[in-house]
Amino acid sequence: MTSPSLPVDSLPMDSPAPDPWEELVTAALLGTDRRTPPGCPPGQEAPVALLDRAAVETVRRRAGLRPARAAERPRPAPEDPRPALPPAAARRLALLLADRPGAGGGRRGSTPDLMELLPQWLAAANERGFTPPAQALPALLDAARGRTDLRPAALTFAGPRAVWLARLNPDWRFALRTAPGGGTALPSLEDPQQVEQLWQEGLFAERVALLAAIRAREPSAARELLTTTWATERAEDRLMFLDSLRTGLGPQDEPFLEQALGDRSRNVRSTAAELLSALPGSALAARMAVRAGACVAVDHTGDAPTLTVEAPHECDAAMERDGVVAKAPAGRGERSWWFGQLVEAAPLGTWAGRLGGRTPEEIVALPVADDWQGELHAAWCRAAVRQRDATWARALLGSPAAPEAGGPGAVSLAERAKLLATLDVDERSEWVAGFIATHGLSEAFQLLGVCAVPWRGPLGRAVVDALNIARDAGSYPWSFSGVMGLAERCLDPSEAARLDGLLAIPDEPEDASPGATGYWAESFQRLVTTLRLRATMIAELDGREPPQG
Amino acid sequence: MTQQGVRWTADQVLALAPDAASRKAGSKLGAAGPWSEAGSSDEGTVWGLCKGSGSKPYQTVIDLADASGPAYKCSCPSRKFPCKHALGLLLLWAGGDGAVPDGQAPDWAEQWLAGRRQRAQEKRAAGPAGSSAAAADPEAARRRAERRALRVTAGATELEQRLADLLRGGLAGAEQAGYGLWEETAARMVDAQAPGLAARVRELGAIPASGPGWPVRLLEECALVHLLDQGWLGRERLPDELAETVRSRIGLPSSADGPPLRDRWLVLAQYDTADVKLTTRRIWLHGADSGRTALLLSYGAAGRAPELSLPVGLALDAEVAAYGGARQVRAVLGDQFAPPAPTTVRPPGVTTAEAAARYGEALRHDPWLDSVPVTLDRVVPVPDGDGWQLADADADSALPLAAAARSRPGLWRLVALSGGAPVTVFGECGHRGFTPLTAWAEGTGEAVRLW
Repeated sequence: MTSPSLPVDSLPMDSPAPDPWEELVTAALLGTDRRTPPGCPPGQEAPVALLDRAAVETVRRRAGLRPARAAERPRPAPEDPRPALPPAAARRLALLLADRPGAGGGRRGSTPDLMELLPQWLAAANERGFTPPAQALPALLDAARGRTDLRPAALTFAGPRAVWLARLNPDWRFALRTAPGGGTALPSLEDPQQVEQLWQEGLFAERVALLAAIRAREPSAARELLTTTWATERAEDRLMFLDSLRTGLGPQDEPFLEQALGDRSRNVRSTAAELLSALPGSALAARMAVRAGACVAVDHTGDAPTLTVEAPHECDAAMERDGVVAKAPAGRGERSWWFGQLVEAAPLGTWAGRLGGRTPEEIVALPVADDWQGELHAAWCRAAVRQRDATWARALLGSPAAPEAGGPGAVSLAERAKLLATLDVDERSEWVAGFIATHGLSEAFQLLGVCAVPWRGPLGRAVVDALNIARDAGSYPWSFSGVMGLAERCLDPSEAARLDGLLAIPDEPEDASPGATGYWAESFQRLVTTLRLRATMIAELDGREPPQG
Repeated sequence: MTQQGVRWTADQVLALAPDAASRKAGSKLGAAGPWSEAGSSDEGTVWGLCKGSGSKPYQTVIDLADASGPAYKCSCPSRKFPCKHALGLLLLWAGGDGAVPDGQAPDWAEQWLAGRRQRAQEKRAAGPAGSSAAAADPEAARRRAERRALRVTAGATELEQRLADLLRGGLAGAEQAGYGLWEETAARMVDAQAPGLAARVRELGAIPASGPGWPVRLLEECALVHLLDQGWLGRERLPDELAETVRSRIGLPSSADGPPLRDRWLVLAQYDTADVKLTTRRIWLHGADSGRTALLLSYGAAGRAPELSLPVGLALDAEVAAYGGARQVRAVLGDQFAPPAPTTVRPPGVTTAEAAARYGEALRHDPWLDSVPVTLDRVVPVPDGDGWQLADADADSALPLAAAARSRPGLWRLVALSGGAPVTVFGECGHRGFTPLTAWAEGTGEAVRLW
C-alpha cells in the first residue's frame, strides 16, 4: 500500500503505473456509460459499484496519510538582545496596530486617532531600546509598508527578526532596502574584503545601503570607494550614489564634486553643482559669488540706499558647467531665472562685503528697485536653507509679529517653514508662538509642522489660546482640524490639565454657527483624551503607574 | 489570586468583537477619556459610564462570570453585540492602569446583575422539570422520529439515484451543469429533513469551480456522500456508536447528554467561518486535568456574531457536557464556577507523524471527518515552494499547511513567533493539511492567536 503525502490534491495524475484510484477517477470523469472501471460489473450497477470502491479508496487514502519530508529549514532569526516591552506597553502596541485606517472611518467624535500616535509610540520605544513581541512584527511591517514615513522608526523597533521575516515575504521587501544600516545584510564594515566584494557584486539597493552606511561612519572612505568604480557606473546609479554624499558633506569632497561637474549626465552635473554650492569655501561657490555679486549693487543716488539688480544677459558655458540651467521654465523670464540660480548658489557670507559691510538684517531691510525684491529675497531664502545659515534665515523671517508676516509677503509660508528648520528648536518654537499670537492659527499649520515635538511651553500655550479664541469667534472646529490633529500629537501631555476648563459646553453665543459649541467641546475632549493617552503610553513604556488626572 | 491577575489581555478582549469595525471603534474607547465612574469587582463584573454624543452618558456593565460566557448590557442604541462601549470598557479594564479600580457596583449596574443571577437560578431550578415535561409524551416523540426517518430514507434514496446518474454520465459533465443542479438537489434534501446531506450536496456544487484537481475532490466527496447514504439506509446493521455518528452526520438532532465534566478548561482557539446565512463559531477547549479536548459550537444569523465567546489562552473552571456519538468532541458549556483566568497550562503535544496517525485512527470511528484537533510540539514553520510546512524540530518529517491557512495573516504571526525556532502549535490536522490556530513560543510566553 502506498502512503501518499499530504495533501491528496497534489498527487500526480499521470504516474507511470496507474493505481486503482486513478483508474476510478478516470472512469468517474468519463462516466460508466463510456468506461467500466476494472473489477466493476458493467451496466446499471456500475455507478454504485464505482462509488462503493471510491468510498473505500478515499477513506483508505486519507487514513494512510503520512508526513512529508521536511523542506530546507530557514536559518534561525538572529538574536535580539534588547529587553522585551513591559506587558502594558505590549498591549498598547497591539491596540495601536489594530487601529488601521480604512476599517470603519467616518467622523472621529471625541475619541483619539490611534494610528496617528504610532509614530510617537515607536520613537519613545526606540529611545528606551525595547524589542517588540515577535507576533506583533507582521502588523508592524504592514503598517510600515503602507506609510513610508513610519518606516525608519518601525524598522529600528522591529529589529533583526523583522529583516529575517521580510526575506520570506515579498510584501515586506522594502524592509530589506530601508532597514537602518541595511539591516543584517551588510557585511562588517571593518572587513575591507567583504565591503569590496559587496560593492563590486551587490545589487543596486545593497550598494546604496552599503555606501550610506560607510558614509555615515567615515565620509571620506565612502567617497574613495565610490571613486573606484565611478567611471563605469550607469548615469542613474551615479546620480543616486552622488546623492548619498549629502550626508557628512565637507570640503574634502570638493575635488571629487568638481570633477563630477564635467559629467556626461546633466542630472549628475546639477547635483554636483548643488552640493558644491552648499560648501561656502568651494571654488564653485566663489565663482557663483562673483557672478551673483556682479548683479546686485547698492545705489546711493536716491534719498535712501537702495538695492539695484542687473540680471545676467546670457548664460554662458561656464555658468552651465557650474550647474545653472539655461532653459527657463515656461512663463519665466530667462534673465530672472538665471539670476535666481546665481544668488541661490552664492555663499551668503560674501554679501556683507559686497554690500557695504551691512549685516543680514540691514541687507534684507534695504528697499529693492524695480520689483526685484521678490526674486532676490526668494533666492536668498533658498540659499539660507541650502547653506543652513541661521543668521540669514532669522533676518529673512523677520519678526513674527510684523503685520506682513501673516500676509502674502515676499516670503511664502512654505519658504518660511524651511527657513525655520535652520533655527534651533527653542528659537523655532518661540518664533511660531509669536506668529500664532499675532496672526492666529489659520496660516500656522505648515509652520507648526517644523516645530519640535512635544511643543515647548510658550508654543503650546499660544496654540491653546488661539484655539480658545477661534471657538469664541463662533466658527466650526473642522476649520481648524489640521491644527487640532497636530495639537493632539504634539502638545506636551502636561498641558492636559490646563485644557480641562475648555471641556464644558458654554452657552452658544448669538452669532455662532449652530451647534458649533458642542462640536468644539467634543474636539477639546478628544484633544485632552489624546494627551492623557500619550502620557499613559509613556508611563507604560517606563513601567510606571500612569499619571492620574 | 489578585484582581489584577485575572485581567484579560487586549487581544483576548478584541477577540470578543463581532466585526472589524467594532474592534476599531472599541479600541478607540479603550482610553480613560470618555469614561467616568468605572470600576470592577472580584466577581468578574466591570462597569462604567461612557460619554457619547448625547448629553446623558451610556451605562455599560459586563458580567464575565456568567456561565455561558461574558454577558453585556449597555444603554446605547447599537445592535452590535457586544457594542463598542462594552469592548472599550473591557480594554480599559484589561489595560490595568488604574482607570478601572476595584469597587462596589453602583445601583444601576447592581440591579441588572441581580436580575441576571436571579433568572439564572430560576432557570437552573426549572431545568430538570422542563426536560421531564418534554419527555412526558414519549409515544408522540417516537412517532415524530419515525416520520422523520422515513423522509430521510426517501431523501437518501433519491440522492443515491442522482449520484448514480452523475457517475453514469461522467463528472466531466458536472463542470457544465454548474451550481443550479446541486442547489436544487440540496433543496430536496432540506425538504427531506436531512440538513447534513443538504450541506454536503451544496459543497459538491462548489467543487468543479475550485481549481486544478477538482475531479479527484469531487469523486472523493461524492463517494463520501454515497457512504453516508448507505450508512443511513443500512444503519440497522451498524454498531451503535457508528450508527449514532451517521445520524449526527445526516443532521438529526442529538443532545449533549454526556455527563458534565468539571475541569479547568484551557481555551485553545476560537474562530468563525461564515456563509451567506450563518456565522459558525468553533471554540476548542483542553481540559487541564482530564486531558480531554472539547469543541463548542455557536451560531449567529447572517452578519451577527455568535453569542458564545471565550478568551483564547485563558482557563475557565467549568462543566462541559459531550454530545452523543462515536468519540464525539462536540460539547456544550455548562456551569462556569469562576471568571476565565490566566494559566500556564499548555496542551501536551505530539510529533507530526503521531498527528497524522491520529487523524487516520479517528477515521475508523467517523470516516467523514475532515480533520482532528492536534497540538504539535516542537515544530518549525518552513517555506516549501508556494506553501508552508510545520516540520518536526527533531525529525526529518513535516505536515504541509492547508491551502486556506497560507493566505491568512496568522501564518505570518506564526512564522514571526517562531523565528526559525521550535514552537508549540495547536490546530486541525486532516486530509487538506494542517490548519494552525494557536501557537506558543518556547518558554513562558502567552498563547498567540493565528486565526
